[in-house]
Amino acid sequence: MRGRLRLLLLIGGLGLIAAVPLIAAFFDQPFYIDLLRRVMIFAIAALSLNLILGYGGMVSFGHAAYLGIGGYAVAILAQHGIYDGFVQLAVAVGASALVALVIGAVSIRTSGIYFIMITLAFTQMLYYLGISLDQYGGDDGMRLAKLSDFAGLIDLNNGTAFYYLIFTIMVAFLYTVHRIVQSRFGMVIRAAKSNEPRSHAIGFSPYLYRLAAFVIAGAMCGVAGFLLVNHTAYLTPDYMHWTRSGEILFMVILGGIGTSIGPVLGAFVFLLLEDILAEWTEHWQIILGPFLILVVLFAKRGLAGLIPGGDRHD
Amino acid sequence: MTEPLLDVQGLVRAFGALRATDGVTLDVLAGETHAIIGPNGAGKTTLIAQLAGNLRPDAGRIRFAGEDITALGTAARSHKGLARSFQITSIYREFSVLDNVSLAVQAHAGHSFRFWRAAREDEALHVPARAILNEVGLGGRAEVLAANLAHGEQRQLEIAMVLATEPRLLLLDEPVAGMGVDESQRMVEFLATLKGRQTIVLVEHDMDAVFTLADRISVLVYGRIIATGTPEEIRANRDVRAAYLGEEVED
Amino acid sequence: MNAILIVEQTLNGLQFGAMLFLMAAGLTLVFGIMNMVNLAHGSMYMVGAYLAVTLTQWTGSYLLGVLLALVGTLAVGVVVEVVALRTLYERDHLDQVLATFGLILFFNELIAILWGRAALYSDIPQYLLGHVALFGDVRYPVYRLAIVLVGAGVALLLWYVITRTRLGMLIRAGASNRTMVAALGINIRLLYTIVFGFGAALAGLAGLMAGPIYSVEPGMGEEILISVFVVIVIGGIGSIRGALAGALIVGMVDTMGRAFLKPVLGTLISPTAAEAAGPALASMLIYLLMAVVLALRPEGLFPAKGH
Repeated sequence: MRGRLRLLLLIGGLGLIAAVPLIAAFFDQPFYIDLLRRVMIFAIAALSLNLILGYGGMVSFGHAAYLGIGGYAVAILAQHGIYDGFVQLAVAVGASALVALVIGAVSIRTSGIYFIMITLAFTQMLYYLGISLDQYGGDDGMRLAKLSDFAGLIDLNNGTAFYYLIFTIMVAFLYTVHRIVQSRFGMVIRAAKSNEPRSHAIGFSPYLYRLAAFVIAGAMCGVAGFLLVNHTAYLTPDYMHWTRSGEILFMVILGGIGTSIGPVLGAFVFLLLEDILAEWTEHWQIILGPFLILVVLFAKRGLAGLIPGGDRHD
Repeated sequence: MTEPLLDVQGLVRAFGALRATDGVTLDVLAGETHAIIGPNGAGKTTLIAQLAGNLRPDAGRIRFAGEDITALGTAARSHKGLARSFQITSIYREFSVLDNVSLAVQAHAGHSFRFWRAAREDEALHVPARAILNEVGLGGRAEVLAANLAHGEQRQLEIAMVLATEPRLLLLDEPVAGMGVDESQRMVEFLATLKGRQTIVLVEHDMDAVFTLADRISVLVYGRIIATGTPEEIRANRDVRAAYLGEEVED
Repeated sequence: MNAILIVEQTLNGLQFGAMLFLMAAGLTLVFGIMNMVNLAHGSMYMVGAYLAVTLTQWTGSYLLGVLLALVGTLAVGVVVEVVALRTLYERDHLDQVLATFGLILFFNELIAILWGRAALYSDIPQYLLGHVALFGDVRYPVYRLAIVLVGAGVALLLWYVITRTRLGMLIRAGASNRTMVAALGINIRLLYTIVFGFGAALAGLAGLMAGPIYSVEPGMGEEILISVFVVIVIGGIGSIRGALAGALIVGMVDTMGRAFLKPVLGTLISPTAAEAAGPALASMLIYLLMAVVLALRPEGLFPAKGH
């Protein structure tokens, strides 16, 4: 069964990722733990975007905003002496959800070109806001005073422990999104994407459902932001720059939009590619740009589309 | 006389200088099958759009089951019991036939803020959906992807979705459009089984279907109803024959 | 805060509005007629600026440099349209967004390779230096005034073309209903190329005029592009009138906000709070305005009919 193969590959892939710290320790290459941590954080961001983009058809060019909000929540609290990880996480999620609610409420009434431009504009607004906050690093950003403290439960300074925390969150979110898209809620937003007039005709009013999905996606990405700022130990408004939104979008497409494994694959390949190209030439973007264009034009189903049954939507 | 289920009064809709709907008044009684016919360009599409809630009239009123629904949108009207099928097939192509109907069931099963339970395993959805599929004759095609259905089957699916919303009135926009002779006949036979149980407003060009199914017919010409009556009355009506000059009307 | 400052900032607002208009005009037509999201419009702005600087140096004449730069940007626009964008018209918006995003990366890096990453020095020509006296005590830079005049001139030119020529009629028709125009047998591909090419040229004009005031560096187009998006959302897609209205509104609100919000706030709340909140709020002003317009009129102020 095709579905079986896909599931097997997913479990295999996750198993591999889980094994990396052990392998890396064996070969004394901690670099890979670092790289994979970054990949997983962006995989979380990508899978949260996939919820609204792949399944909901909402082309949000402002998703990186929530990476920033999550990060700023941690850094600002830390700046004021609040290091409790639980509090920081709650604020990161809460703030992201609230901002997503406000932006979504205004944006989701529009569609098409308007929606894209508006999400882009709001994200940039947050970016400029971040730059103007001199007391929190302003333009250059600032170092994180201290990593989030989870009171002995887990020490984020321990690279491997942190790795497995991110891994657990990623797997949990993967599963959550999987359940959501198969639920009644998920069916509504997928139906609205498939045929909006038909949805209205049978009695659905997609607005509230789309808004809810938008908020959930924002909150999930806020968690990614929380993890990112702890991973880099540095806060910068660049996390929210609209080009970052573009990168996350690209990861979703590259991996295979509207599939479960897609975002993870996409994040992995994209960041790896970026790393390799950057090593090769400082002008790597001149290669990445056309590559992106080619993927969009010719490989629309993404990497998951190469796996037999891998591109089958749920 | 009991109040009509659907009561349309003085509906007007203009596009610039063109009055596509020019004071339409008609009523549909509960349980009747009421056909709306008219030559091309009569404004049938515009009228349907206003009845379904896709288009706001410039003037006039629509009452459904005693309630003024003129200001209501499509989804709200669906919940009042006014269901429509589209002239150009509009289904969920990427979903299976069963999913299509289940979604229609779901839309009328309360809110859908349920995030965990798989919809496909939800008996409250797929049991009624299958029943309706069997009723329209698509029972054996439940797992097929909607895009892979034959044209006639897709029209059947449209009807199935309409029925799944537990309607009080069916607004059918050219249900046999694009169908071959056999398919049309099957569809007409099926619609005939709904007569009496459902109230149907039928917009059609196919005169065989119209004269087989309709209890009453209203004739729409240049945005106005020029005649309403039983099929025999309409056949004999001189204004109607004049309007249809050049089109086939049974003698 | 005195009257002179207010007049100056008003003129600055008009100047910023003029530049926004030049960029918005081409972009809104591309949105309206070709129904295509084009993120690479900012790259045309950048190309215009760079070409102008280089060609002015080569030819030794500002006017010649500007003219050649405009032609050059037009050419680049046409090439991009024919080679890369034609296939995107039929695609969905997501594809268009990503592909034009890829173009941005490409162009930014190309410019960086050819000219380096450091900002270029862009001169104001001799005859546009200095200040001119207006309304009594106000002394305003000639160059900035020239930008306002160029913007007004282009607005008039576009008004003439759109309302008085056959091409303009096709553009208006296409913005309302492109399938109809194609069905009438008009060479729709040529129309698209013309619209896109001139849109690029206008963006290039904005870029080269911006050179001396803002900086000429890779990525210069993206910042202003976001503001142009706000202009189009406020003004409505597909109409030049909307682009003009939106550009003036955004130009004025942004400029006045940045100049006066902090002092105005300072009278209402404590000066230290205003010091922090003022710039932050000022940078958000046009987006808040956009949100308000969206809440009241989601299609914008003057969208083309059919949008």
